[in-house]
Amino acid sequence: MSKAGLLLKRTIPTLAGTVAAALLLAGCGGATVNQAAAAGASSAPCGTVNVALNAWVGYTANAAVYSYVAQNKLGCTVVQKDLSEQISWQGFGSGEVDVILENWGHEDLAKQYITDQKVAVDAGPTGNEGHIGWYVPPWMVQKYPDILDSKNLNKYASLLATSESGGKGQVLDGDPAFVTNDEALVKNLGLNYKVVFSGSEAALIQSFRSAEKNKTPLLGYFYEPQWFLSEVPLKKVSLPAYTPGCDADAEKVACDYPDYKLNKVMAKKFADSGSPAAKLLKAFSWTNADQNSVATDIQGGMKPDAAAKKWVDAHPDVVAAWLK
Amino acid sequence: MSTLVRDRAPVQTGPVSVRAPRKRLSRRTLLLGGAGVVWLLGFVFLHGTATLTLPASELTDLHRSLNQFNAWVASNRADNPVFQYVFTPLRAAVDAVANLFIGIFAASSIGLRLPEIGWLGTVALLGWIAFAVGNARVALLTAAVFVFFGLQGLFTEAAYTFALVLTAVLFTLAVGIPLGVLAGVYGRVAKLITPVLDFMQTLPTFVYLAPLALIFLIGPASAVIATVIYAAPPVIRLTAHGIRCIPENTREASDSLGTTGWQRLVTLQLPLARRTIVMGINQSTMAALSMVTIAALIAAPGLGQVVIRALQSLDVGTAVNAGLSIVLLAIVLDRVTTAASRRAEPGANRKRRISRRTRYILLAATLLVVLAAVQLSRTMLWAAAFPKELNVGPAIVSGVSSASEWLQTNLFLFTVSFREAVTNGILNPFQSLLTETPFYLLVAVIVVAAFALGGWKLAAVAASCLAVIIYLGLWSDAMVTLAGTLVATAVVMVLGVIFGVAMGRSNKVDQLMRPMLDAGQTMPAFVYLVPFLGLFGATRFTAIIAGIIYAAPVAIKIAADGIAAISPTVMEAAVSSGSTPWQVITKVQLPMARQSLALAANQGLIYVLAMVVVGALVGAGGLGYDVVAGFVQSSLFGKGLAAGLAIVFLGILLDRMTQAAAAHPVRKVPSAKSPAH
Repeated sequence: MSKAGLLLKRTIPTLAGTVAAALLLAGCGGATVNQAAAAGASSAPCGTVNVALNAWVGYTANAAVYSYVAQNKLGCTVVQKDLSEQISWQGFGSGEVDVILENWGHEDLAKQYITDQKVAVDAGPTGNEGHIGWYVPPWMVQKYPDILDSKNLNKYASLLATSESGGKGQVLDGDPAFVTNDEALVKNLGLNYKVVFSGSEAALIQSFRSAEKNKTPLLGYFYEPQWFLSEVPLKKVSLPAYTPGCDADAEKVACDYPDYKLNKVMAKKFADSGSPAAKLLKAFSWTNADQNSVATDIQGGMKPDAAAKKWVDAHPDVVAAWLK
Repeated sequence: MSTLVRDRAPVQTGPVSVRAPRKRLSRRTLLLGGAGVVWLLGFVFLHGTATLTLPASELTDLHRSLNQFNAWVASNRADNPVFQYVFTPLRAAVDAVANLFIGIFAASSIGLRLPEIGWLGTVALLGWIAFAVGNARVALLTAAVFVFFGLQGLFTEAAYTFALVLTAVLFTLAVGIPLGVLAGVYGRVAKLITPVLDFMQTLPTFVYLAPLALIFLIGPASAVIATVIYAAPPVIRLTAHGIRCIPENTREASDSLGTTGWQRLVTLQLPLARRTIVMGINQSTMAALSMVTIAALIAAPGLGQVVIRALQSLDVGTAVNAGLSIVLLAIVLDRVTTAASRRAEPGANRKRRISRRTRYILLAATLLVVLAAVQLSRTMLWAAAFPKELNVGPAIVSGVSSASEWLQTNLFLFTVSFREAVTNGILNPFQSLLTETPFYLLVAVIVVAAFALGGWKLAAVAASCLAVIIYLGLWSDAMVTLAGTLVATAVVMVLGVIFGVAMGRSNKVDQLMRPMLDAGQTMPAFVYLVPFLGLFGATRFTAIIAGIIYAAPVAIKIAADGIAAISPTVMEAAVSSGSTPWQVITKVQLPMARQSLALAANQGLIYVLAMVVVGALVGAGGLGYDVVAGFVQSSLFGKGLAAGLAIVFLGILLDRMTQAAAAHPVRKVPSAKSPAH
């Protein structure tokens, strides 16, 4: 008995405290600094925008500039969420994600979320054109000029073998979440290679950089637009040409990646809300050079926000056109 | 991935003592040796045949049909009654509670997105609660740590994480304690529930993140639900354990007074089990913290997001800064709940230094201060959002970054050659021994080994586990995982024996090591990956290191306890007969602690296996990679699910086999080849 009593006695003060705090909150609800600001900001009719942040610097550059403009020119509150590509799409349904700023194809997801479930809408191209492919550091092209044809890759398998690739040549991939057909390509093109995942864009860049510096062999997955290509001009290996539909069956792909017209996607609710941030998103468009300049700054150690400010200040007319 | 609490069947030593040990042992050795020889011969002559390799991009029909689940959920979300009446309301309820706490502590959805209670109020309130349930020391710790979050520039992130942990723990207790009570009171419920809990604890967290995100959509709600699934088993087990362990005579005394079942529960069982229950709350809280961090992958806000971003950009400084926050939060949660469980100890009242009255007066007085702080934090900007000028986060980040860069450039040759040596010298040969032997031969070898270790019953268990793995279409990947797991466990055991002996023999070493081991166990798995990623790159080697760090503390603790438990008389006798310390260790201590060492191996193995999926984030292949890829690529969803199941069955197989090996002595008399080598 007394034990139960003790238990009660100890929990009572805690409960009492919590209740008192709650009462206090209720009592002075009207006067918080937060709500005062809310009342002040309500003149600009822009609420919160949830921006998915996928894990490559080019995307970060898009997101940084969009967020900077939305925050500073429209008075929106921007919340960035680190998510992988496909997971981001799931956020359209739950309201966790309003905006995806650089979408690479994903026809299956577009069908599921835009056509079937109708929770997302296409917000138009970003103006960037994307290419995915297999790349080698420049020194390898000088030494082995015929490596740029995928038919000759088997010749170099032993050269490209590492301790991770089990005696075969290594194709170094990035994040498992990135768009990739590489496993299927290796198998369907009859290449004596193994796909090894480095885990991230940063790891890929580090590997290519040290491969060029130390003249070590490397074959890896890479993509443009990409700031790093201006530091080390990697060379693209030509895979069998892309024809429409050749990548329809993920297990049977034996052709190159298509050219991606990168686009933006937004939640249906967000699009219908009439938020100026939605209008801004539709208008947002820039060139590969623009993206690379912001990405280079971010990679050089600048905060994404500062890099965005620098670009926006240098391109007032582009931004003005977005906001029209 | 916190400490697993398991109810283990008492170790049986029956058959050995009944039969003539020598004869039985020789048959067992013969069987094991024979199986090994068959394996090696098969590897040499049938090398590379019937390996059941499934290329990473390919699926089996089973995987494709599991993929259909994805499409089914998408098309049924709107109008299926299960969604309408169960999942959607559940999600809404959890979301409401999560958002309530997020709104109070982290950020509201309006205005400046300031929380209801700013940083000053949060620090004061949480410190006060720590004082109320614990003592002044933990209160001070709590306040100091939360202020430090502000200094790190991570107050909001930490508050998000705290709010989610709070939500998850509340739901965990609401579900876990009643279930635990039921399991404690009714043996039948316990029997029903134990295998489910075992399953929940061996199932890698990633495996249910994907389907949960599909059903409940991404966001705090799914994060909380996933966390509850992960964090509930410890509190259920410990509650049941606490109730079951009440001495029989106490129960009878109460029964003889004519108490009804309900009265007995409220007046006897719950109060007496209170300390164990609070320990369960402690364990569940730690588990919740580690899961909330991982749930960042499905858009749970907070510190986990910072760590993930750092992992992706190989930013060691940022990762260490955020990791430090997570560890500190873990320490606070651990210390406060431990202090609460001390307070819950019977008789704790009498030992107190201040009287209850003084304490109440103190509590009431400090409460007023707290309320003032809360009010301030709602009306003053400086008390609402942590002042940006007091941010030392960037200094920590750049300091750690430059240190790690120095290490990476200067140790590069050493780390790379060490990694290559281990990978080429040990890991690769062992892995090919497992993956390139025909599957039927390996199945036969494992089943024979199981028979030798535990008779027909274990052989049947082993055969069915392997059959399931083959059915799931992931045999080859399972063997890759097994290779990494066994190598990591071997290293864990070497560490366990070395440090276990050192700790078991010397109190000083024990006192020095134990806090470090505790810290290692409370640190969420994610955190320490980044520095190793920087040093060794994304390879299987790094994944193995992750597993070793996670599993070694448990193994060391169990080994140390086993060695410390050897009776002093035996030691005395050994020393007085003139044995050197080395002889004492190899001839007395290790053989006598054999049972503990076997248990350490068992737990080490299970812990390493729990890290397989996290290891895949830093370069491990096999099943872990399948699970991660299934999580992020919808076309591989089914394969990931199957891989998760395969990990569970691999876990059951390894657990049962090592338990059987622990139950029967391998050698009666220790030979010169002691396990120390």
